[in-house]
This record gives sequence, C-alpha cells and structure tokens, in this order.
Amino acid sequence: MSSAAMKSARNALVLIAGLLAAWQALYWFVGDAALRPPLVTVQYTARLMTTDAFWMHLSETLQAFAVALSIAVAAGLVIGFGLGFHKLSAQVFEPMLVAVYSIPKITLYPILLLAFGLGMPAKIAFGAIHGIIPVALFTLNAVRNIKPILVKTGRVHGLGPFEMIRSILFPAALPEIFTGFRVGFALTLIGTLLGEMFAAQRGLGYLLMTAIGLHNVELIMAVTLLLVVFAATVSAGLLAIDRWLHRHI
Amino acid sequence: MSQAHVSLRGVTKVFPSSSGGQGLHALGPIDLDLQQGEFFAVVGPSGCGKSTLLELIAGLTSATEGTVEFEGRRIEGDIPDGIGVVFQEDACFPWLSVEDNIAFGLRKIAVAHEEKRRRIGGVLDLMGLGDFARSYPAQLSGGMRQRVCIARTLVIEPRLILLDEPFGALDQQTRLLMGDEVLKLWRQTGATVFLITHALDEAAMLADRIAVMSARPGQLIDVVETHWPAERDSHIVERLEFGAVTARLWKSLREESLKTMAKTSRGPADRT
Ligand SMILES: Nc1ncnc2c1ncn2[C@@H]1O[C@H](COP(=O)(O)OP(=O)(O)O)[C@@H](O)[C@H]1O
Ligand SMILES: [Mg+2]
Repeated sequence: MSSAAMKSARNALVLIAGLLAAWQALYWFVGDAALRPPLVTVQYTARLMTTDAFWMHLSETLQAFAVALSIAVAAGLVIGFGLGFHKLSAQVFEPMLVAVYSIPKITLYPILLLAFGLGMPAKIAFGAIHGIIPVALFTLNAVRNIKPILVKTGRVHGLGPFEMIRSILFPAALPEIFTGFRVGFALTLIGTLLGEMFAAQRGLGYLLMTAIGLHNVELIMAVTLLLVVFAATVSAGLLAIDRWLHRHI
Repeated sequence: MSQAHVSLRGVTKVFPSSSGGQGLHALGPIDLDLQQGEFFAVVGPSGCGKSTLLELIAGLTSATEGTVEFEGRRIEGDIPDGIGVVFQEDACFPWLSVEDNIAFGLRKIAVAHEEKRRRIGGVLDLMGLGDFARSYPAQLSGGMRQRVCIARTLVIEPRLILLDEPFGALDQQTRLLMGDEVLKLWRQTGATVFLITHALDEAAMLADRIAVMSARPGQLIDVVETHWPAERDSHIVERLEFGAVTARLWKSLREESLKTMAKTSRGPADRT
C-alpha cells in the first residue's frame, strides 16, 4: 500500500472510532428510550441478518434502487448529452432543470402515488426523479466544457460521428459525468428509501417505518446502521474513483 | 507539367451571422500556390483570417467562393489524407499517455502493426520524448505537450504540414530551438510546410517565402522571398539579410496592424 493510501485508511479508522465513541456517549446521555449502544446494535443487526424477512426487504430495496439508478443514469445521460450538443435548447431547459432540482421532491409524491399506485413502480419513480436531474446537469456541463480543439483534432484525423463520441467526447466528459453519477447515486438511494417509507409494504424503508410505529428501537438502530454503512462505503469508493479520474483526465 | 502542391483560386470566406444579417467577411479573395517541398509562412495582424485560411486548406471549413486544391484534387469541407495540422492551443488528449496520443494519429492509417510501432518509436526519438512515452500530458510542460502534438502529426508522415502559431505559447528561447527542430524535420521529411505566426523573426528565420496579410478581410498584400539555403538554422538571424527581410515584413505590416488596432479599440476585441 502506498503511504497516501495508508494515511487515508488510518483517517477512516480514526473517523469510525470517533463516531462509535460519540454514539456511546450519546447513549449514556439520552438512555434506553431513544437509543441503543453500539455493541447491542451490532449484535441485534447480526441476528436480524439471519432472518428471511430481512433478506426479503433488502432484496426488494436493492431491486428498486438498481432499477431507479439505471433509469436516472440513462435518462440523465440522454438529457445531458442532448442539451449539451444543442446550445439553444440548453439555454431554454437548463434553468427549468435547476428549478425542478430545487423543488423538494416529496411534494411530488402524492402525484406519483396516484400515477403508479402503491409498490415497486412508485418507489422506482421516486428514486429516479431524485437522480435524473443531477446526472443531467453534470453531463450537460461536461459536454459543454469539452475543448473544441479536441473535436477539431478528431476531425483532422478523419473520425466519423460514432468514433468521435466514443474516442473523444466520452473520455473528455467522463470525469464530470462520473461526479454526476456519484451525486445521482446518493440522491437516488435517498429517494428510493423515502418512497418505501411512505408508501410500500416491503423494503428497508418500510421496515424502518414499521419499527418506528412499533417503537422498536433496536430495529430502528439496526436498519439505520446498515444503511449508513452501505451508503458510506459505496460513496467513499465512488469518491476515490472520481478523484482518480479528475487527476488523470 | 509542374503543378503546385496546394493551390487557392479566388478563395473567400464569409461567416454567416447568427442574426441573419450580412455575415462576417473574414478572408479573401486569395490566390496562392504552394510549391512542393517549400517552407511557406504567413504573418498578419490578429483577427485577419490566418487561422481561417489554414482551416480552408485543411478542409476543416469550406470556402464561400473560390477553390482550394491539394495535389490537384479539390477540397470542399472534407479532410484529405496526407495533411497534418498542429494548432496553437494544447490539443493533447489528457486521458491518453504520450505514446497513445501519438498512436492516435495512426488510427485511420492502414499500415501494419509493426510499422506503426516503428513509426511511433521514430517520432518519439525525433521529438525528444523517448523518456516520456508512458507519461500523461498533465505531467509535461507546455513545450513538451506541443512536441507531443507535433509528433502526433508527424507520425502520419504528412506530405503537407499546417502549423497554426504552434509556438505561440512558448518563451522566446524555446521558440528559437523549436524552430531549429522544425527546420530539421522539414529537411528530413521533404514535406511542404505552411506556418502561421505572429512573430516576424520566426517567419524570417524559417521560411523560403513569407506572405503578409492585410487586416480583415485578409488578403495577401506582399510575398517576400528569403533565398535562404535549405541547410539553415537559428544562426540565420546573425545575417545582414535577415534584418532586411524582417524590415520589409514590418514595413508591409505596420499599416495593417495600425488599422487593426484602431478597429479593436473601437469595437469588441476580435477572436484570434
Ligand atoms: N467560426 C467562426 N464564426 C464566425 N466568425 C469567425 C469564426 N472563426 C473566425 N471568425 C472570425 O473571422 C475573423 C478571422 O479569424 P481568424 O482566422 O481566427 O484570425 P487570425 O487567426 O488571423 O487571428 C475574426 O474576426 C474571427 O472573429
Ligand atoms: Mg489564429
């Protein structure tokens, strides 16, 4: 391992230890009514992971998330590339995208529920609408910032439109697009879970909501812990790739 | 019959205006013949249409009027084989290593893999990039990156090399040295070279013939022959005739540059 990698691994460990300590301290402060200490939570989580119901909820969430993310990325790329290449429509639609982006998506949820009903499609739609716009905006910017000289160089070397996209436009825009993917990933996950919390009969979001309803503090803590660990691990991985791309491209 | 390598007849370029008005008359009419193997330079005030002229010859843009011929074939907005272009701006692909950047030049050229390796090795050595084959452009200085771009152009063994202010971003000493390299390349490859520069001394040192362009719309107002021997390098600047050449260039150019200055101090700055 390089010394830089070692340093960041050490920083991560320090951060985790700090968070655990803060958690334990908070527990001593507020007591059993609202929290469980780290050790109890981990033990409970381990037990939870041996139940079939947990895996059913997890796979439901992962499916919804995977589909939502695919839709967000595909649609975001199409919108971003389309607007990126067409200056005029970008001028028209970019402010609209930014405006829609700043609407709290939760206000759209009743409409989505009416359109899709309870269950999988509504969750997916809710996850996807969180992710599409950041992917689209980052892609739009990425395409707009491609240096024209690189395209000209491609033309001088006789590249056709398809090769131009594959060998020049895509690699030139990749780091910025990847940043969009990273942001889209986080927001789509939030959207999917929110969707499950408010209108679903399965999934981790639903499990969390039921736990809240039953005031099952262990379960609340366990699901939260799992979600935090998942989101933090993937985000850290994506951020590392993102940084690498930005350094090299 | 001896035929010119590149030949322009009555070439003009008008950029259509986006608001549907008159459009911008950037260039011409221009008549110009480049002889096979000659080193031809163009000087002119900024915004006079030099880059436009180069792009017309490269086939990157098409003429509004007139014809451009390369090796007897008409170019009309299509990019002919056998022409290599080096731009002023840094045109390295940052996601490719130096070696892969150079190999990019060969992707459309039908030669065997072995031959490609040989050519890439050859230009790496020629441009002094041998130790940097696996480096990425971000790790190199501006001068080195420009070498990569020149190498990427040379590797296709072009019969016509178009250079658009290729050393504009470099300091004076580096420019003189790069000039020596270009002269060496020109002798080795036997290619026709068309160089755009804003530096009169650079043009006077490198070229067989130097065209002076008027302020926009650019026209050729003077063509100066230097009569340098083919075996020359930057020491040419010590000659008495060198002073005479630059003096003549400046005389032709002075008035045009003043016109451009007067125009740009009134209107918005021209894109160069
Ligand atoms: N694609 C274009 N569309 C409109 N105007 C252009 C375009 N390219 C160049 N021009 C204009 O044509 C003139 C000549 O430009 P250029 O050939 O780049 O000049 P130079 O290279 O001599 O500085 C400038 O006024 C410039 O603004
Ligand atoms: Mg120019």
